[in-house]
Amino acid sequence: MSLDLATTRRIAKLARIGLDDQEIEAVRAQLGGILGWIEILDEVDVEGVPPMIGTSTNAALLPREDAVTDGDCQDKVLSNAPDREGPFFTVPKVVE
Amino acid sequence: MLTDLTIAQAAEGLRKKEFSAVELTKAHTDAVEALNGRVNAYITVTPDKALEAAKKADSTLSAGEAPALTGIPLGIKDLFCTNGVRTTAASKIIGNFVPPYESTVTAKLLENGAIFLGKTNLDEFAMGSGNLTSAFGSVENPWHRKDDASVLVPGGSSGGSAAAVAAHMAMGATGTDTGGSIRQPAAYCGIVGLKPTYGRCSRWGTIAFASSLDQAGPMTRTVEDAAIMLTAMAGHDPKDSTCADVAVPDYRAACGRSLKGLRVGIPQEYDSPLMATEKGNDILAAWKKGAKILEEAGCEIIDVFLPHTRYALATYYIIAPAECSSNLARYDGVRFGKRAEGATSLDDLYEKTRHNGFGEEVRRRILMGTYVLSAGYYDAYYLKAQKVRTLIQRDFTQAFQKVDVLLTPTAPTAAFARDEKPEDPVQMYLNDIFTVPASMAGQPAMSVPVALDDKGLPLGLQLIGKHFDEETIIAVGSALEKAAGFTARPDLRAGVSA
Amino acid sequence: MSYTIEGNTGTWEIVVGLEVHAQVISKSKLFSGASTLFGGEPNSHVSLIDAGFPGMLPVINQACVEQAVRTGLGLKARINLESRFDRKNYFYADLPTGYQISQFEHPIIGTGVVQIELSDGSTRDIGITRLHLEQDAGKLMHDQDPKRSFVDLNRAGVALMEIVSEPDIRSPEEAGAYVRKLRQILRYLGTCDGNMEEGSMRADVNVSVRKSASEPFRTRCEIKNVNSIRFVMQAIEIEAARQIEIWESGGEVDQETRLFDPHKGETRSLRSKEDAHDYRYFPDPDLLPLVVEQAWVDELERGLPELPDDKRDRFIKQYGIPRYDASVLVAEQAIADYYEEVAKGRDARLAANWVTGDLFGALNRTGRSIQDSPISAQALGGMLDLMADKTINGKIAKEVFEDMLETGDSAADIVERKGLKQVTDTGAIDAAVADVLARNADKVEEYRGGKDRLFGFFVGQVMKAMAGKANPAIVNEALKKVL
Repeated sequence: MSLDLATTRRIAKLARIGLDDQEIEAVRAQLGGILGWIEILDEVDVEGVPPMIGTSTNAALLPREDAVTDGDCQDKVLSNAPDREGPFFTVPKVVE
Repeated sequence: MLTDLTIAQAAEGLRKKEFSAVELTKAHTDAVEALNGRVNAYITVTPDKALEAAKKADSTLSAGEAPALTGIPLGIKDLFCTNGVRTTAASKIIGNFVPPYESTVTAKLLENGAIFLGKTNLDEFAMGSGNLTSAFGSVENPWHRKDDASVLVPGGSSGGSAAAVAAHMAMGATGTDTGGSIRQPAAYCGIVGLKPTYGRCSRWGTIAFASSLDQAGPMTRTVEDAAIMLTAMAGHDPKDSTCADVAVPDYRAACGRSLKGLRVGIPQEYDSPLMATEKGNDILAAWKKGAKILEEAGCEIIDVFLPHTRYALATYYIIAPAECSSNLARYDGVRFGKRAEGATSLDDLYEKTRHNGFGEEVRRRILMGTYVLSAGYYDAYYLKAQKVRTLIQRDFTQAFQKVDVLLTPTAPTAAFARDEKPEDPVQMYLNDIFTVPASMAGQPAMSVPVALDDKGLPLGLQLIGKHFDEETIIAVGSALEKAAGFTARPDLRAGVSA
Repeated sequence: MSYTIEGNTGTWEIVVGLEVHAQVISKSKLFSGASTLFGGEPNSHVSLIDAGFPGMLPVINQACVEQAVRTGLGLKARINLESRFDRKNYFYADLPTGYQISQFEHPIIGTGVVQIELSDGSTRDIGITRLHLEQDAGKLMHDQDPKRSFVDLNRAGVALMEIVSEPDIRSPEEAGAYVRKLRQILRYLGTCDGNMEEGSMRADVNVSVRKSASEPFRTRCEIKNVNSIRFVMQAIEIEAARQIEIWESGGEVDQETRLFDPHKGETRSLRSKEDAHDYRYFPDPDLLPLVVEQAWVDELERGLPELPDDKRDRFIKQYGIPRYDASVLVAEQAIADYYEEVAKGRDARLAANWVTGDLFGALNRTGRSIQDSPISAQALGGMLDLMADKTINGKIAKEVFEDMLETGDSAADIVERKGLKQVTDTGAIDAAVADVLARNADKVEEYRGGKDRLFGFFVGQVMKAMAGKANPAIVNEALKKVL
């Protein structure tokens, strides 16, 4: 299956990966190739087959008790921030 | 030489006071210093921390009752977050990330007395089969073809760990395996690599690639060493919901266990990819040799069928990218990692940061994953793949009604040269053809080196077990290892060349 | 009573469905052990999980599951014994992981119903489509820096219940009644504090209009994040008018997300490129299916408090009070409890009158809630007891009540202190009667001449002469005897 440029651009936008025209074209061609190869799955009849959820090695969630056991670690939370301001992370101004 | 010892031997020597943990560690930090410039197995080395820890290990040892790995120097794949030690995932985007926490697996190893030599190289975010996508340069396989100086890849993604262990720059190392990232580099580097059952080791604190597949495991020079390390690494962790609450046996006890009456399955579908290549003959021969060894050890060899094998790789290349596209969304340059300069808006910040920070292969997989999850394509790709995954798992369930363990090759070829890297990503993905099916089904699997090909490169065989039955693959693996008598070592290793 | 809007081309009906986001009452977050307390230092109630650090994994909070199930039971809804968590993927500065963990395909709670009561006394059932658990996002501050927005993740990861209604609502009043009722139920259950000012409850309002009830639904718009009941009602009215105008001028309503601006009294488009949204939901591979046992659900059901509708019906039956009063008294659990304590063993109707009348009036005046009422239920009951044993009459009771409000003293003390005890000494009353009649001989004539209405005048004069403390029944009797 081939992929068109508009779809490739939309995907890149959704994934927030900035690509120039040349890169978009390269990605389009490569993804197209992979998608073509994946078409082998068309052979498989999955009628009535349930999709795998998680893996079968564990059955269900094991909930934790409701207690405050974490947080209160502002220093750790902010320690790697590339541009912090006091106790805040920052981003370029968002206009809402 | 101290660097030639296995973990089991070193543990004994330490207890007998034949040498100290400081001496053992120093031998390894020296080896790393001598070789890493060329092999590039480590992204970050921490010799001072290691020697500091070795001193403590010596006092623990003299006090007696030291845990199994006390004083044993290990390499840690740079995907495990290590408290206060830079953790990069071999990516520019978190090239300066210093986690304020320790992954569960590495914490368990530390509790068990292990000494960390540093953080080993990998494919960026563990995405690759050749260790060619690291932002910190590629790793050189310590093995070379006879009369050929070409630099070979160590396999991937745990290529730095595999090369470090093979070159005696660590006694063992942690790896992670999503579609073969422990087993394939182990095969390429002539060492043992064990991917446990999904849920056996905690994923907490290990940087995620594909959550439903990622699993940590040991990479060592012997099966026994892998068993020792796994015993320390495995176990329930309430911080990882997918980590199983299943008791951890002493895996080492499974080594040398009798194989009489054990049923070994030979999946009939696994030979076709080999037939197709000229190099496949050596691998087919090694596979036959392995089966013969096991037969002689008292196993019953049974042909089994895993009919959906041929769909596993395509399924994998839908599911793993889908999960990775979501898992890697957090790398946005806001809370940690490298932020692109000069962004004019929030989206611009995201797009520049993620374009500059991720390498080409990672970007490709994120985009692939975004595509297969996007509106209008979800059912055709992602949902379909999860259904096929159910069928792949059923294949294994059915096979394991007839046999106790499966024997297959680990990889379709021996290590290839850097300049032989295929341009087509799909060709590259084919390296995982034998390892991916077990990953999709969550089965434990191990690669054991058994032979050299005609160029003198190591070849590995893969043992696939039932869920949570690592003991059987360890038992079979140790027998295979012993009978195969694989003693070859790479030409590039500690004390030999520098 | 059906609500319609007259347009230029005829009569329009509105169709509304609500998605209410209710913050779950729990100590820690949905998937991390960080505190849910409101108003901490920025980024202090944040774990590395909430901040989306590499390798961090979510673990579900048992209490949040329990709260969701209890809420489901309170909404008479289907409890799904197996549910799942999905990732909703999108990039925004308040969403650290780049996805929100939510429940898309398999929510924990299925269909249920909420009965609403309207001002004309009628009731309507509003269907609940589903309730699911999800994470809240962090907070952005835009006004602290000219070029940057600041990010505080204290709210990130707090558990929310999203409660989705069927498009059953047909008027702004119904929408208001629905949110009020939902809030009442959640507060009774103790699953959400319902505080809309602090944002612990907010609504997304889906509005469309159509020409008649037989016409299929037309395109709807979603008005995001409306944070008061009044605004929900206003937003519906304004949005419906906007849509009618578009349809009537031959236009086409676009399905889009809009924002309600109460200052300008308008809704406006929030996202111009709606097509850019593609959340790529898929099951969260870090989380397994959530399985709950029927036996546990049954146990929770047994432990549920009496809910407002049941309580109202019981009040009507048990206390013989009017439906309206009963509804008012069950509005909040604390009020109902207060009332029941006052009514216990006393004249329940009189108790209802005092609570809904004088007490509510006083609380409103002083801006207090029932929890910090200056007159406890016991104290009010004590005053009713004094009325019952005729120590004071109704008129004096008002004075005593005002004093209680001010001083916090008990009714008995006040009566004692002020000497308000009712006079039942017939001698004193007879003397006062004689005196009043003697001073108003002309009126006595008129009364005897047939002007019956003057009886009240004599009662008043006698009461006045006795400073209001006379027992009215004895006064009546004495007057009748003499006259």
